[in-house]
Amino acid sequence: MSASPTLVARTGSFFHRYANPGRFLKLGARIQPWLTWTALLFTLAGLGWGLFYSPADWQQGDSVRIMYVHVPAAILASSGYAALAVCGLLSLVWRHPLADLAAVEIGPVGACITALCLATGSLWGKPMWGTWWVWDARLTSVLVLFFLYLGHIALIRAFDDPQRGYRAAAILALAGAVDLPIIKFSVQWWNTLHQPDSITLTGAPTMSSSMLWPLALSMIGISLGFAAIVVARLRAAVMENRIRSLLSSPRRRGGAA
Amino acid sequence: MTHLPYILASYGLFAGMALVLSVGAALRLKKARARLATLERTSSRPSGAPLTP
Repeated sequence: MSASPTLVARTGSFFHRYANPGRFLKLGARIQPWLTWTALLFTLAGLGWGLFYSPADWQQGDSVRIMYVHVPAAILASSGYAALAVCGLLSLVWRHPLADLAAVEIGPVGACITALCLATGSLWGKPMWGTWWVWDARLTSVLVLFFLYLGHIALIRAFDDPQRGYRAAAILALAGAVDLPIIKFSVQWWNTLHQPDSITLTGAPTMSSSMLWPLALSMIGISLGFAAIVVARLRAAVMENRIRSLLSSPRRRGGAA
Repeated sequence: MTHLPYILASYGLFAGMALVLSVGAALRLKKARARLATLERTSSRPSGAPLTP
């Protein structure tokens, strides 16, 4: 029974060690160029390959090329929300100094990528299904995810006391995480128009390697790009916090008065 | 290539979103860094020293 508090304390100290704002700024400045340039390289390679060199699908024709944008956006939409839930947990359990700031910065980026997933899904659905939208389990659960992101963005800024906003948004992020398995398994649990997953952790991919490689490249590139944008926003947020604390320091206020 | 408009719209949306998010983040970072550097310079000055050079 005594192992649990020790484990919690150890995990807490691990996260605090690697999330001190000053240490994060140093680490962020070091990894930012690598993240950005690698993301650009992989994204251009993946999307270029997918758009110009990968073969058309025998059933879907050229519209399958939308996959190289849509699938990474869909995976990142769920991963981004999972990151938001982890931030919520870190905030509620360990009062992690960076988790709240990270949640503020991940929210808008995640909402954008979810909107992109929905929009590219519609653009793929129109030529394939003959309609922009159906109230299908997969599409509807991703739409719910988009609203969860919007709710999180609104809630985290809704209070005069930021701490109350962080706490309420953390609870929403954790409660909303129930949508993630629904999105993942919606194509198995319900009879949907959306196709089942082509890539799974347990089985061999059901697509040709000439499509899998550009998809893997664009997946890596867009994920690194997502990380680069979040790291840049988070670095800016840490600096803005430092600016606010400097401006409200007694010495500066005394000097101004 | 009858699906070309849909493909171009998808890639265009992605490019536009990536551009807006990355340029926005870079500008915000640049502004915060410059503001912080200015504030840290002035706050490290002795309290009686003038604020203008």
